[in-house]
Amino acid sequence: MKVEQISVFLENKSGRLAEVMRVLGSAGVNIRALSIADTSDFGILRVIVNDNDKAMKALKDNDFTVSKTEVVAVEVPDTPGGLAGILALLEKQSVNVEYMYAFIERSSDNAIIIFRFDGNDRAIKALSEAGITILEGAKVYNL
Amino acid sequence: MIWNEEFETLPREALESLQLKRLKATVDRVYATVPFYKKKFDEAGLKPSHIKSLKDMRLLPFTVKTDLRDNYPFGLFSVPMESVVRVHASSGTTGKPIVVGYTRRDIDTWAELMARTLTAAGIHKGDIVHNSYGYGLFTGGLGAHYGAERIGASVIPISGGNTKRQIMIMKDFGPTAITCTPSYALHLADVARDMGIDPAKDFKIRVGCFGAEPWSEKMREQIEKIFNIDAVDIFGLTEVIGPGVSSECIEAKRGLHVFEDHFIPEIIDPETGEPLPYGEKGELVFTSITKEAFPVIRYRTRDISCLNPELCICGRTFVRMERITGRTDDMLIIRGVNVFPSQIESALMQIEGLEPHYQLIVDRKNNLDTIEVQVEVNERIFSDEVKQLEVIEKRVVHDIKEMFGVSCKCTLVEPKTIQRSEGKAKRVIDKRQL
Repeated sequence: MKVEQISVFLENKSGRLAEVMRVLGSAGVNIRALSIADTSDFGILRVIVNDNDKAMKALKDNDFTVSKTEVVAVEVPDTPGGLAGILALLEKQSVNVEYMYAFIERSSDNAIIIFRFDGNDRAIKALSEAGITILEGAKVYNL
Repeated sequence: MIWNEEFETLPREALESLQLKRLKATVDRVYATVPFYKKKFDEAGLKPSHIKSLKDMRLLPFTVKTDLRDNYPFGLFSVPMESVVRVHASSGTTGKPIVVGYTRRDIDTWAELMARTLTAAGIHKGDIVHNSYGYGLFTGGLGAHYGAERIGASVIPISGGNTKRQIMIMKDFGPTAITCTPSYALHLADVARDMGIDPAKDFKIRVGCFGAEPWSEKMREQIEKIFNIDAVDIFGLTEVIGPGVSSECIEAKRGLHVFEDHFIPEIIDPETGEPLPYGEKGELVFTSITKEAFPVIRYRTRDISCLNPELCICGRTFVRMERITGRTDDMLIIRGVNVFPSQIESALMQIEGLEPHYQLIVDRKNNLDTIEVQVEVNERIFSDEVKQLEVIEKRVVHDIKEMFGVSCKCTLVEPKTIQRSEGKAKRVIDKRQL
């Protein structure tokens, strides 16, 4: 039920993001979704790609510090209040969102949002029980 | 001006015979009272009686910083603790500083030497001395304080820090002399100008005694211009006595007169340990010849200088040492605190997951030293969450502050971005333009 996300450490200087994109591009890796968390000195690039192993290898070969993290891809109704409803459900279960970002693609009439919770399993359980669709990794990578 | 005409202008021959007499007494004393020195002499097959002339100094074993640390805290004291009226300690070292002791007579000697230092800078009774050297275990504050009292000046014992308040006091109390580190003087000027005060016009300061860190002729010019004062270089180190080992005279401002009736300076080749003739650059070595509680024999300072025997226009007969131009080790002085890169490394290594790929960037911003610790991020410490990485940064800043009392900035950098030369990283980039 979980999706693998790759995180890359980036120094806050020009050209670093472009370099990651170049490395992934030449390895033939396609990016499905991404976000950047930034501080004054460094950033963390988080990406969901179509081929994790290839992406990890290409980045490591180019001396990037990378890590894999499990995140949850949730279908959110693409209507006003759609995300609010999901977050309300999680709040009841005392699950915190560490970070989240939206997927560019849609799944049927729904938006897809990538979540990193402080308790992924609890969140998945609560959302599934409420009838919310959680997307499988394999599906997400190839959207 | 000369504080102690009799000793400071002693003809060379008389000075040397006084030095020999005092050296012999010191050597006798340490051999008899300090097991460390006795052991070292015995190992070298040396008896105090072998010292028959000043030339025989070269027979004496060197003392190095680690010797002092190994005998922490009081192991090198040459008098019983009940005769020690004061202790001081070196700045900013891991847990164990270097501790030195003073008898009542040592304190008296020190006050005399600082009286000479301040007098050489043209400070006298009637002056108000703003003393911004730190008070406490650091020797700077109390050393300058006792000297200023000895000459009968009025002392403002302001110590370091709280810069805005210092400026208010400098404006309101009207000190005519200042004693502090040269970088702090420039910082005071910056803050004063931010407060709308012109250091050249709004203060009555005439002269400053600056030391405790390396500085340059360029900085002197800068300080003299900004404050419209004479800036005099003074020198000392905790291990030898504190400030008051040598001082420039305001007449020449060219080299620091070593108070040779109390300390014998030598310049040695740092590689071979061989003494070098006057005029040659090398490592500065001191032997104290009047100290009671904490005598030092041929203490290697790691500071690079040279000695100039030319007679000075001020009339002092003491040799002059050139302004310190460097170190034979990698010690950094950050805001007056001694920092060895190896100590920072050991602090970093105590943090789980960190690798020894780091670099120290030392700079001077707004006239204050800054230190930035760059650490390469590896997979063990990397996380997809910003806060986890910030925890590491904060830990580094905290641990270094705990260890040295110096605030630093920690920056995480990408792997293999720290310059490596022949497999060995360049640890320190010192951008300070002194």
